[in-house]
Amino acid sequence: MPAFFVNILILMHTVFSEPVNVVESKPAIMDFDTFQQFLEHENDTVYVINFWATWCAPCVKELPNFEKLNQKFGDRNFKMLLVSLDFRKMYETRLIPFIEENKLSAEVILLHDPDANAWIDKVSPEWSGAIPATLIYKNDFRVFHEGGYTFDELNTIVEPLIP
Amino acid sequence: MKRFFSLIIFSLLFGFTLSAQGYEVGDKAMDFTLLNVDGKMVSMADYPDAKGFIVIFTCNHCPYSVAYEDRKIALSKQFEPLGYPVIAINPNDSTLQPQDSYSQMIVRANEKQFPYPYLLDADQSVFKTYGATRTPHVFILNKEEGDLIVKYIGAIDNNYEDAEEVTEKYVESAIASLQEGGNPDPAFTKAVGCTIKYKK
Repeated sequence: MPAFFVNILILMHTVFSEPVNVVESKPAIMDFDTFQQFLEHENDTVYVINFWATWCAPCVKELPNFEKLNQKFGDRNFKMLLVSLDFRKMYETRLIPFIEENKLSAEVILLHDPDANAWIDKVSPEWSGAIPATLIYKNDFRVFHEGGYTFDELNTIVEPLIP
Repeated sequence: MKRFFSLIIFSLLFGFTLSAQGYEVGDKAMDFTLLNVDGKMVSMADYPDAKGFIVIFTCNHCPYSVAYEDRKIALSKQFEPLGYPVIAINPNDSTLQPQDSYSQMIVRANEKQFPYPYLLDADQSVFKTYGATRTPHVFILNKEEGDLIVKYIGAIDNNYEDAEEVTEKYVESAIASLQEGGNPDPAFTKAVGCTIKYKK
């Protein structure tokens, strides 16, 4: 089997493996082309995709709200991805220690694709590029928000989407 | 139906915060009078000979802004002599982001010897009028019949992380187009950046 497909399989396994309440100590690093599949699933699962960085104070402040949401719905038809936009050179020095120190249960990936103008609109035309930003979708239902979320706001959107 | 309700609830919660504000390419930009790191007030009107301006909303704390510091200095040195000075504006509320206080701005400006003014948008009205949402966020203005017309909004170039890997220098080519009497293409780009910090 070509290495490319093996990689994809490993990646899919990492992202879809259940239960989600496991600390992934090594986030996958990917460019936007590889990442894009996570924006386009039509499998009745609610996807909560949060764009953040370890240095972004409002992002870090709202992470507990996402963690709480992940704890609440993690064993349902629900998948959370915390998409870090930290620099590639900070992967070992900042991102991995941050995940371990904060015991993040949601899966983290590092989106390493600095030509952001080429992909920001593909996440949402509403996104100016500022973080935090969050996309919540299920099949053809999509809500995008640039800025922070409280737990109650997240819960208000997600709960009705989970059967 | 559930979907429909959650959409309505969402709109009620956030709809009003999403309304688009600020300048678009082609709009007339307003001048400002803001405090520089040297203690003096700066306006664009202080530059009667300028052909236009490279206004950059930026700050101390944001790593995307820091990654562009040397490139901003280079832009200033390259384009101020050609009539397009760089003016940097820190839009952040320092009660929310202490590294972006006026005194810290002075420290950073001295460390890096910024060749351009580094202004504090103290009442945060300028970034709102311009429609900046993140740092760094560039607005290129061109003087046309006494008015300042917005000609480009967006990123400095297409690689925030590594200047060596840049393949498109948006600001540089925008100024080149203006010098030839044309319009920048692209005139609008997006970039990853830090949210501007203000009290809602």
